[in-house]
Amino acid sequence: MQNHEYLKGVATLKLDQNRCIGCGLCATVCPHAVLAVEERLARIIELDRCMECGACVGNCPVAALSVNAGVGCASAIIHSWITGEEPNCDCSGGSSCC
Amino acid sequence: MNQNDSCCPPPPAEAAQCSPPVKKAQSVQVCCPPKIETKSCCPPLKNHLRAGYRIESFVKAWTDTAVGEIPIIAPKLNLADYRGRIAMRWGIGRDRYSITPGLYAIGTPDEHSEVLISANYKLSFDALRSSIEGINAWILVIDTKGVNVWCAAGKGTFGTDEIIRCVQMVDLKNLIEHKRLIVPQLGAPGVAAHLVKQGCGFTVIYGPVKASDLPDFFGADMQATVAMRRVGFSLRERTILTPVEITMLRWQILYAALALLLLGGIGRHIFDFAAAWTRGSSAVFTGFVGLLAGSVLTPMLLPWLPGRAFSLKGVWIGLGLALLLSFSLFSGSGLLNQIALLLQVTAISSYTAMNFTGSSTYTSPSGVEKEMRLAIPCQLGAAVLALTLWLWAAF
Ligand code: SF4
Ligand code: SF4
Repeated sequence: MQNHEYLKGVATLKLDQNRCIGCGLCATVCPHAVLAVEERLARIIELDRCMECGACVGNCPVAALSVNAGVGCASAIIHSWITGEEPNCDCSGGSSCC
Repeated sequence: MNQNDSCCPPPPAEAAQCSPPVKKAQSVQVCCPPKIETKSCCPPLKNHLRAGYRIESFVKAWTDTAVGEIPIIAPKLNLADYRGRIAMRWGIGRDRYSITPGLYAIGTPDEHSEVLISANYKLSFDALRSSIEGINAWILVIDTKGVNVWCAAGKGTFGTDEIIRCVQMVDLKNLIEHKRLIVPQLGAPGVAAHLVKQGCGFTVIYGPVKASDLPDFFGADMQATVAMRRVGFSLRERTILTPVEITMLRWQILYAALALLLLGGIGRHIFDFAAAWTRGSSAVFTGFVGLLAGSVLTPMLLPWLPGRAFSLKGVWIGLGLALLLSFSLFSGSGLLNQIALLLQVTAISSYTAMNFTGSSTYTSPSGVEKEMRLAIPCQLGAAVLALTLWLWAAF
């Protein structure tokens, strides 16, 4: 599989290893293999691949993860700059995301 | 008659907004306990026709279960399905490409069969049913307002609350003996597995990213391989999304083209229709070249273009095509016009390429915002300069 890479060092993902109970769900749900769980402890293995979708954060049962989740969509962000609302992808339910 | 009649044909009042606030509206909708689809009705088993309703073409039979009659769907897509898919890709009526939420059956499922959760976006549903031919399963379609799984999960419409609501609405615990739900992994941003368990007692198992991996997933005792968990962005996937990008910009394109035609006429004779035609139409033409560069070629060549920012990737293609044009078709148009052409095509290409972040599967909001803060001033500057030079060239 091709590895697509986006801007470096911008992802806001944070992991508090002290809380982690090693359930492994974060690594399961992450679509870009950002996290790995070894010896019952989660670890961020490739932060720059994180697209801030929030899947890991929501599924962590002990709230060990945090991220500024949102939509990585230029037109949604322009819209939010103009209207002052949160960016959202209401530009009409696209096929992969809009 | 049954309870269907008294009940609300769910009017999604909150369809316009997204993000979390699903909760309030849902308590309203829970009103109706129609275990079965609106289209499956009343006592006469054989006759499912009912005034005002139409049976979907993918329903091929009905099965009687402990929780009422459930439509059995065909795994194979028919002509109407393909037609609808093409129309949707080009943005024709794509807002209404949804199916009725509720429980469906595929094959001959029983109380031990798995339950697959899907969005009520027709393409998600089609991808699912056509991938699992030969597998007996229940499909629980939840109401995502006709939006695909991933996008809806980002908004929260495909999420914990909606899953719990639908599980209770169709009375799932009386249909099956186990307590498992298979949720597509792409739905995970909206779902908290532990909260679903708390809310309705069912354990969420995350299925593979692609529905087409489901047979292998079931074959491997519901273990997804690492590859099944990764989201790619193949040439095919990128190409499929390009028409939507263009249709989304259709009004901007139309206005810009009209403006260019008008401005093209301005010159020494104040306004000249012949000039409006020649200069205006060539500017419209080069504009389209920029559009093609940014919203079709850049997405297709995405991984091979230098730079990480989409706006930068768009610059290369735009600049390349613009240079080509200025040395061929427009080689005699004068230096000012040529520079204007370079700037115009590159700016448009960069801007539309940047817009493709919305379709990509790996750009983060923090990254897109950072990119835009840098790129938009440059694009705007280039566009304004291009316009000025071009207008100046007429005098
Ligand atoms: S936010 Fe999404 S992409 Fe980032 S680590 Fe979590 S699951 Fe992976
Ligand atoms: S989901 Fe949370 S608890 Fe489980 S492995 Fe990941 S960080 Fe640790």
